Order: sequence, then structure tokens, then C-alpha cells
Amino acid sequence: MLYNEPSPLETRVLTRRFSLPNSASIDTALANGGYQQFLKACGMTQEQIIDEVKASNLRGRGGAGFPTGMKWGFLPRQSPKPKYIVVNGDESEPGTCKDRVLIENDPHLLIEGILIAAQAVGAKAGYVYIRGEYRYLIDIMEKAIDEAYAKGWLGKNIQGRGVDFDLYTHTGAGAYECGEESALLESLEGKRGQPRIRPPFPAVAGLYQCPTVLNNVETFCAVPSILEMGGKAWADLGIPKAGGTKLTCLTGHVNKCGVYELPLGFPVEKMINEVGGGIRGGRKMKAFIPGGSSCPVLKGDEAWPLTMDYDAMAKAGTMLGSGGVVIMDETTDMVKAALRIMHFYAHESCGWCIPCREGTTWLKKILTRLDRGVGTTRDIDLAGDLAKNMLGRTFCPLGDAAALPTISIVEKFRDEFEAKLRKVQVAVPAFPDSPLVVMQ
Amino acid sequence: MTFSPELEKRIEKLLASYPSNRRKSALIPMLMYAQDETGYVTRELVEEVARRIGIPPVQVDEVVTFYTMLWRKPRGKYHVQVCTNISCLLTGGEELYEHTCKKLGLGHRETAADGVFSLEEVECMGACSWAPAVQINYDFYHHVTPEKLDQLIDDLKKVH
Ligand SMILES: Cc1cc2nc3c(=O)[nH]c(=O)nc-3n(C[C@H](O)[C@H](O)[C@H](O)COP(=O)(O)O)c2cc1C
Ligand code: FES
Repeated sequence: MLYNEPSPLETRVLTRRFSLPNSASIDTALANGGYQQFLKACGMTQEQIIDEVKASNLRGRGGAGFPTGMKWGFLPRQSPKPKYIVVNGDESEPGTCKDRVLIENDPHLLIEGILIAAQAVGAKAGYVYIRGEYRYLIDIMEKAIDEAYAKGWLGKNIQGRGVDFDLYTHTGAGAYECGEESALLESLEGKRGQPRIRPPFPAVAGLYQCPTVLNNVETFCAVPSILEMGGKAWADLGIPKAGGTKLTCLTGHVNKCGVYELPLGFPVEKMINEVGGGIRGGRKMKAFIPGGSSCPVLKGDEAWPLTMDYDAMAKAGTMLGSGGVVIMDETTDMVKAALRIMHFYAHESCGWCIPCREGTTWLKKILTRLDRGVGTTRDIDLAGDLAKNMLGRTFCPLGDAAALPTISIVEKFRDEFEAKLRKVQVAVPAFPDSPLVVMQ
Repeated sequence: MTFSPELEKRIEKLLASYPSNRRKSALIPMLMYAQDETGYVTRELVEEVARRIGIPPVQVDEVVTFYTMLWRKPRGKYHVQVCTNISCLLTGGEELYEHTCKKLGLGHRETAADGVFSLEEVECMGACSWAPAVQINYDFYHHVTPEKLDQLIDDLKKVH
């Protein structure tokens, strides 16, 4: 089911079967090109598949943006151990709701992408890890898997090609940290979702200490179209160094919130004003988060001239992230936004390492004081300093994910923190329909 | 402890999903699916799951205490979860949560005495583009207003 109207400005590659009736069924998939690229992959060598993915400039869609072809190339070919495919469907980065749309509308696209990855590295089994809240997606995925077994696209000797592959779902149970790849593997092994020391990376020692390809749902879903179009043509959908399209979730104060498939390098201005129908109530954009709450926050004016790609966002001091765009208009209380974001990280810190566990809780306390206007100016500095001290000092990147938005909000919106302390109304117009107006 | 035939089938499939020397992998899914039947993770369930997987109960406890969705006390028949994370916050999620507290007379992770409703303020549930979002048990509700929420709750009260 689609929860928002598609936009004519989209480039529908991964989502192209979405509007077909029964788009999730194997019959619809097979009648519309489904599984054909897997057959093509069966006639290619492992190097050829990986080279095609490298040529596509596909970068991981889970948030970190690591080049996918290179990652697959890291699996040791000669290892006698079994190899695994693990799909990261934990999707819990605040602002992100795109993997859900992919699995719900076209689970066979995901299965085909997994099969191609399995061919590229010689894996015989795979797991789709889906966050516990998405129970209905597990049902959809299991139905699709059953259909694929019944029609000979999973199991032994797939389509007579001498290829064996088994696929299973695995439910999470409510833990953001399980989206981090090594914690996800721990969880898949039946343990607490705490991160492992890296290296070794999953490519070398992943599930059950075996070589593992671990990618985001969207990353796998991109692979069939890469083989279909050819890596180069797929890359050209985007811009140099950032190939293809990206599912982008517009959220917050924009008129047409929704998930849209946009080419990499899409202008922010066009994304907000044309795809998203502009900022609610014709207001100004105060702040912009490009891809989930773990990214440093930009001021509205900084964001308008940018394009949605890895390099442009890095140059602006932030990250493209997971595709969860958060748009905040001029009525937004940034102190409260900072607090709510930290509330999340404090709740989700797995507790394994001290800088993250203690740092997030301490920051939450400081930000609570500041939000209530009962802190001191020193608290503002303390929040910034403390967050900076966490950077790079935690066991996994959750600590950075908590620190980065805080540092940017404190630096860029310091006046709002100070204004709250003075208990003076911040210079924001009061709109009655806005929940985030700062009241005196 | 006896489970329904459907759950038994699911557990059988689950245990067959992992290499035979990696049965512990089934732990979290087994708890999640069993909890749907028992309501929450009871002592009896911990021991049963430990027995079926072949691990000491303490290893089950280790996991149960980590994951938010594994409940160690009873929840309502209808578990109402309201998201107040950033995208929902910007679109009225906090007011919606406060409204729900009043409507149900419950606070965060509280269950009503009659066991019909329980409430939880939750983190992002992956519905950010259709915020504010609510989940009741596993069902998603998008663009929820206080009025829409009242309607949902009143309807559930009627069927109950
Ligand atoms: C705290 C934390 C949470 C994460 N959550 C997710 C997630 O929900 N989904 C996801 O695909 N990747 C998530 N990641 C990134 C994964 O660790 C990993 O980089 C990614 O799944 C690799 O796949 P990709 O290369 O296809 O992006 C998270 C990372 C961290 C540090
Ligand atoms: S922020 Fe509420 S569902 Fe994502």
C-alpha cells in the first residue's frame, strides 16, 4: 500500500512496480521483469557481478554510505566457512520509513537483490532482520519467501541453475542499537544487542564468525536494476560519485510529507518546494536534517542551496544519512528538539560503553534543565563540550550519533537556549496550529 | 507449558531456520512470538524457552532485560503506543501522547486495572512521513489526531 501520492518528479526505479495491482505478489513481480536479473547473474562470474555493482557507484543506503561493490569484494573467496547474507531491516533511525515501503510493496525485489548478492559471494543462506514493530512486514516477507520457494526461486537447484539458497526472516524486539551491524549480528545470534569490536568486519567474521554480506534493505533492492541497466547507466541516474536513486522520506513541516524516490544530487530547494509542496503555512525553514536524527542539523539557509548527495552534505558539515529528511519551520523550539533527540539516544544507548551510556543520560539532564529555562549559561557550554568529548570515544557510532545533532544545535541555535534562560519569548511568531511554539 | 498449535508450528519453523548448532539464534523470535500468546514474558515462559533451546534460563533473562518489546509485566489486551520522536513531535505527537494519557487515565508503560488497555510513549516506529503515528498492538495508524484517537479507543472499548 502507498501511504502518500507519488510525485511526478520522482525517478521510479526501485519503486517502479509499486503502483501495480498486487505489487507484493510473485505473479506481479514475474510478469514485470522480476527475477530476470538473477538469471542474468547466474551467467556472470562473481567478479563480473561485483564489478557491475562497483561501476554503479552504489553506496550503502543504511546511513554510512559505504561503497557496496567494495564491501562485497572484501569477503575472503577461499574461506572454507559458509557465507551468509544478512539484510538490515531494523529501520529505526528517527525520520526514516523507507525500508518499510520497499518490503511492503515489492518484497520480491528484495529477494532478487539478495539472490544476486549471494551469487556474487557464493552464499547459501540469508536472514532478513526486521525490527519487531514491523510484524506485518514479517508476514508479508514470509509470504513472499513461501511463494518464491513454491515457484522455485529459492531452495535447492533454483530454476535448474545448480544454485542453492535458503532465506529466512528474523524479528527484532525493540532496540535501535540492533541496527548497528555488529549488534544486529549479536541479536541474530540470540544475544543482547551490543556491538562487537571491529575489525574484524562482518565481511570477514560476521554471522557465526563466518564471512557475511550485511546491507540495508534499500541497498539490496537497488541491485537488480543495476544489472538490468548496467552499472554505468545506473550510476548516471545520479551524479558523479553518487550513483542512482535514493528513497527519501520527507517529514516534519512540509506540505506533502511522504517517501519519494529521487536521483542522487537532487536539489534541496526543488525537493522541498516542488516534491514536498513547500513549507507548511508558507513559513520559513529554520532547520534541516538531511538523513535521520543522527546527522548534524543545518540551518534552513545553509540547506536551501545544497543538493542531496554524500559530498554536498559532507561539505556542509553534515551527512546524507539514511534518507530521513526532517524539516523544521520557524515556529520550532530548537531546545526542545535537541532534548527530544537526546531523550531517544539516552533511551537507546545499549549501556555497553561508558562515554555513551553516561554521556547521553547526562546530556539529557542538562538539556531538560535548559528546556525548562532553569539552567545557567554554563549549562549551554557544558552541553556542547560534553557532546564534543563523546565524539569518537565510544565503542560504536551511536555515541557520535547522539553527539553530532547536539553540537550542531547548540552552536547554531545558541540564542534560543539563551532566550529560554532569560525566560524571554524567542522571536518566533505564534501560530495556533503549531505544537512547538515557545510560550512565555 | 503448552502453546497453541499455530505457535508450535511457528517455533518448529523457527528452529529449522538456523544451523543445528546455533539454536540460540531462535531465542528472540521465540520470545516475541510466544509473548503474543502469553501477554508478557512470564517466569514460566523464560524456563520453557530455555528448555526448548537448551540454554540456562539466565541466558534468556539476559536477553529479556535488553529488549524494549519484551515485557516483564502484563500489558493490556490493546497496547497503545504513541510516538513522540522528532518527526511526530513536529506534527503534534506530544500533544497526542498527553491526550492519550488523559483519555486512558494511564502513564508511560502502565496497564489499566481491568487489563484492557496499556499505554507506552515510544520512539520512532518508522511512520515518520505519515506522522503523528500510533501503533495499537501491531497495527499502524497514521496522521492521528486526538479526535481520531478517541474514536479508535472508543471503538475498541465497544468490541471488547
Ligand atoms: C546506532 C546505529 C544504528 C543503525 N541503524 C541502522 C538501521 O536501522 N538500518 C540500517 O540499514 N543501518 C543502520 N545502521 C548502519 C549499519 O551499521 C550498517 O552500516 C548498514 O546496515 C550497512 O548497510 P549498507 O552499507 O547497505 O548501508 C546503524 C548504525 C548505527 C551506528
Ligand atoms: S518519528 Fe514518529 S514514527 Fe518516526
